[in-house]
Amino acid sequence: MSVITDTPVLDDGTEHRLTLGLHTGAVDTAPPDPAALPPAAELRVVKARHPGRWVGTVVVALLLAGVAWSLATNPRWEWGVVAQWFTAQSVLTGLLETLKLTVIAGTLGFLLGFLLALMRLSTSPLLVGVAWTFSWVFRSTPLLVQLLLWYNLGYLYEKISLGIPFTDVRFFEASTTTLISQFAAAVLGLSLNQAAYSAEIIRGGILSVDAGQLEAAAALGIPAWRRNTRIVLPQAMRAILPNAFNEVIGLVKGTSVVYVLAYSELFYTVQVIYNRTQQVLPLLLVATLWYVVITSVLSIAQYYIERHFSRGSVRTLPLTPWQRLRANLGPRRAVVAPPSERTPEA
Amino acid sequence: MSTATLPARVDIVDARKSFGTLEVLKGVNLTVKPGEVTVIVGPSGSGKSTLLRAINHLEALSAGYIAVDGEPVGYRLRGGKLHERREKDILATRTGIGFVFQNFNLFPHLTVLENVVEAPLVAQRRNRQEVTAKALELLDRVGLADKAGVYPRQLSGGQQQRVAIARALALEPRIVLFDEPTSALDPELVGEVLDVVRDLASTGTTLVVVTHEMGFARDVADTVVFMDQGRVVESGPPAQLFGNPREERTRTSLSKVIEPAFNI
Repeated sequence: MSVITDTPVLDDGTEHRLTLGLHTGAVDTAPPDPAALPPAAELRVVKARHPGRWVGTVVVALLLAGVAWSLATNPRWEWGVVAQWFTAQSVLTGLLETLKLTVIAGTLGFLLGFLLALMRLSTSPLLVGVAWTFSWVFRSTPLLVQLLLWYNLGYLYEKISLGIPFTDVRFFEASTTTLISQFAAAVLGLSLNQAAYSAEIIRGGILSVDAGQLEAAAALGIPAWRRNTRIVLPQAMRAILPNAFNEVIGLVKGTSVVYVLAYSELFYTVQVIYNRTQQVLPLLLVATLWYVVITSVLSIAQYYIERHFSRGSVRTLPLTPWQRLRANLGPRRAVVAPPSERTPEA
Repeated sequence: MSTATLPARVDIVDARKSFGTLEVLKGVNLTVKPGEVTVIVGPSGSGKSTLLRAINHLEALSAGYIAVDGEPVGYRLRGGKLHERREKDILATRTGIGFVFQNFNLFPHLTVLENVVEAPLVAQRRNRQEVTAKALELLDRVGLADKAGVYPRQLSGGQQQRVAIARALALEPRIVLFDEPTSALDPELVGEVLDVVRDLASTGTTLVVVTHEMGFARDVADTVVFMDQGRVVESGPPAQLFGNPREERTRTSLSKVIEPAFNI
């Protein structure tokens, strides 16, 4: 190795010396005498103390206890009423409608969103323009207005027909009001609105995949559709999923907006009940608790789905909470992930 | 291993390519004979990678054409005109041309075996059993028979590049293009990849390699092509090009390229 010496002269005239190379100064610390060190076996580790952490823990625990105490003892929460209505037949029917709307609008929304994302990324200016306009229109109008518009479509167009444009050929014709029920209006409004948002999420995910992946697939002669579904989308999923679950969870609660169509999903059902019984807060609590339950289930699903799509991107998958719990509670032995989830050694 | 398919011949005719106002290829003429190993060298920005990518139509030329076995890549010659081919035909052409990237570009969410079998299954619609057997054979040949079930990120760079080579060979191409296959590797991993390329060269497949590894070029190439500023400056057998270059530009440039490689 060579010694490089660079001596620029600074403005003030002093010399600034930079020396790189072998350190030739005398070694000033002698290695310790091994005989003087205590043997490791006799040494115990004393953990460091964190008094601040303890104080914080106590304060937060007290606050939580206070909240729990007030929830349990304030009679105005009317927990008895909550319990009575929580599993009532009408509430469960409403819940089912909410789930139905979420599943249908979510599925249609994301499928259409995927197509819109591909259109937006295509080379055709028309497709790009249409996809952009779709997102623009549906993201800039309130969902409430969209729902009312769909429901009142009969006012704008009396009949809906399917046929060949500019001729009298009609394959199908029906009056708008019979075709667009409350359910149809709700599904249309929620799906199209969802599609506009999911298109952007999916597009973002696709853009996050390295361009080299598409290039490699093209160089191997893999057809375009397969490139998208087999190579790009699974990798894009890692970026798509957190946002997509945000959207789905938003959609679960967003379905409550369709109460304006007097569609008897969970929120509308609860409103009908409290208008009759005047137990407003406990019944809102019933609906809220169900939304919490759905969201919790979705959050757990999200964890496992994200874990599935992280294959190949991490060297070894982390243990699931359940596996970790078993590792902590069970007999003290090495915990190994089940063979199906184990990633082979490098 | 013997390949049933015959090695291809490549004719590059007045290839030009511009990116905006920047002309990267300024009329390249070059012939790669069947079964030969052609190594393209030259300074960064000389257009070597662009030329290589144009051979399998990853980059469309602005003018001129490239013919593989007399058939223009990406176009059909008819009535004195080059008619652009449809995507489907271009993809079919590419299955005969293997490409190995500088950054490997393995599919990280697929296992090593899945990476290798994907294209033969989908692009060539071959039988899964046959393709899998062939893939395992290829992995064995690049020394990675035991890594079939592993994901690419669990491998070293050299191992990943060897998988990428196996993936390119799985299509049984008549020509394999290497775009700086060792440039992304740590120095100690370069050898294992070059050994695989060297082994491949001995099987008689047509190879075109863009590289900065001058030692490799000297050992393996039948023809070394020196490119600078979008043009072929000089080409010839390695002994001539390295030992006694005709052009002054080759001499000065090669001394610049070679020196740093030996000066650590």
